[in-house]
Amino acid sequence: MISLREIVVTFSKGTPLETLALKSVDLNIDKGEFVTVIGSNGAGKSTLLNILSGEALADSGSLFIDNEELTRRSTHARAGLVARVFQDPLAGTCEQLTIEENLALACGRGRRRTLNQALNGKLRNRFKEQLERLGLGLEERLGDQMGLLSGGQRQAVSLLMATLQPAKILLLDEHTAALDPKTAAFVLELSREIIEEQTLTTLMVTHSMRQALDVGSRTIMMHQGRIVFDVTGKDREGLDVPDLLALFEKRQGESLTDDSLLLSG
Amino acid sequence: MNQIAFLGAIESGLVFGLVAFGVFLSFRILQFPDLTVDGSFPLGAAVSATMIVSGIDPWLSTLVAAIAGAGAGLITAWLNVRLKILHLLASILTMIALYSVNLRIMGRPNVALLGEQTVLTPFESGSLPYYITTPLVFSVIVLIILVGLVAFLYSEIGLSMRATGANPRMARAHGINTGRMILLGMGISNALVAIAGALFAQSQGSADVTMGVGVIVIGLASVIGGEAVMSTRTMLLAVVACLIGAILYRLAIATALNLDMLGLKSQDLNLVTAVLVTAAIVFPGMKRSLAGVFTRGDS
Ligand SMILES: Nc1ncnc2c1ncn2[C@@H]1O[C@H](COP(=O)(O)OP(=O)(O)O)[C@@H](O)[C@H]1O
Ligand SMILES: [Mg+2]
Repeated sequence: MISLREIVVTFSKGTPLETLALKSVDLNIDKGEFVTVIGSNGAGKSTLLNILSGEALADSGSLFIDNEELTRRSTHARAGLVARVFQDPLAGTCEQLTIEENLALACGRGRRRTLNQALNGKLRNRFKEQLERLGLGLEERLGDQMGLLSGGQRQAVSLLMATLQPAKILLLDEHTAALDPKTAAFVLELSREIIEEQTLTTLMVTHSMRQALDVGSRTIMMHQGRIVFDVTGKDREGLDVPDLLALFEKRQGESLTDDSLLLSG
Repeated sequence: MNQIAFLGAIESGLVFGLVAFGVFLSFRILQFPDLTVDGSFPLGAAVSATMIVSGIDPWLSTLVAAIAGAGAGLITAWLNVRLKILHLLASILTMIALYSVNLRIMGRPNVALLGEQTVLTPFESGSLPYYITTPLVFSVIVLIILVGLVAFLYSEIGLSMRATGANPRMARAHGINTGRMILLGMGISNALVAIAGALFAQSQGSADVTMGVGVIVIGLASVIGGEAVMSTRTMLLAVVACLIGAILYRLAIATALNLDMLGLKSQDLNLVTAVLVTAAIVFPGMKRSLAGVFTRGDS
């Protein structure tokens, strides 16, 4: 189980640009849950994922994965537990390396790296098998440089790379947002398949409310650094986008009054 | 150019090939512009020459020179990774510090090696003249290092190092300790440069505290030159290109000095190098090379 307790994150502390990105976030995610995250720009969604990956560290609060405390552990040291796909297809892969080298790199996640040759016939066969499922013909292009691939192809490979090795949680941060609609649908479908196949515990940020409800088993909504809404199971099944919008507006109004109360008080 | 001058250019091309390997590791693989080189080259010379004149085995002396070079690289990397000092500045600090350190090691501005046992001594008694044996011995040493370096770059750790330079955020997400990779890469890079300095001192017959001036520019000129004349699509090609670049560079310099048409003298070397590197950078077809040196994510 993943558990975040009273996580607070401030950026540019002590400067005029000080931003309270997360204001005491509590969240428990059970093994095998597929949580979708929605919320307006700047709500703190990426920061929430960064807290899990270690790219952002909390000012206070704690993070546990299966009772192991990770609050202050650096990104590379917790990479064996956390897999992620970035929003920018260029960020998740290395364009100077070949496709097979990128995959070999991902195979080392959570393992000790040695002076053995990074690639061998056995690995190449495994990569070919994995790439075949994409149906993009990449299995014939193992030695091509990653930079030659389109954004969608790179994002599909990023997804493979993130799921080659086991992880306690998979983080997807608007990983289809930079793609054209057709490619986005393809990458999303692929994500669903892999997540289901490996019963991966997943946290997926999306800007589409429709997608947030269609995909996954639980949806949380963030607003101004807080989780304002968390729905799962039966409650979630009946929900439609207008319901979500209504809830969002209601919560937004509430938090505005909260803030004005704070200001006047 | 006569045969001796030609072989002399090949010989120093081989030595500077090692410098080019080091510069390739820092500038290209790690995207870490490192000027430590100007200090670690004479450091290698100083350490090996001082040990040799006190009667220590020349191979052991060269090995210790390599370790000293690695130490210099580690200090630059540590200044950058742990103390967060800008990489260029960190390397300048180490380079300046090494000037004093090198003087301390030698106890004087230069140490002569004439008549001392060097790695070349065992080959001098044969029938071949020195200007043939020296480049031969150096070719063997450089080829062994080249093979080792290429094998390393294709290893799991080597791949992690390449990812660290190319996309550190992605590298960390895949569990790579990027700070440690920078330390390791800078250590190897400067160890190679120090070996070059040690071999250079032994073939030239002396170590001098000023012999490092401009070495970084020669290394860069070799890397850029190699990329200009051949494909660097794979790691093997890229490393071979460094060596080819270094040899071509030395040949070009030897030719320029030899032709005498411009009235160039050996003291003009650094000026000629700076002009050549500038030309290579400004020349449109080589823009790609420049982008790779000073920005991320190219070539
Ligand atoms: N590295 C950073 N430095 C300074 N401010 C940041 C940084 N990352 C995020 N922020 C700020 O924190 C808030 C939350 O950002 P983010 O988590 O990226 O939101 P979201 O992903 O929901 O759009 C925003 O106000 C953003 O400007
Ligand atoms: Mg975001």
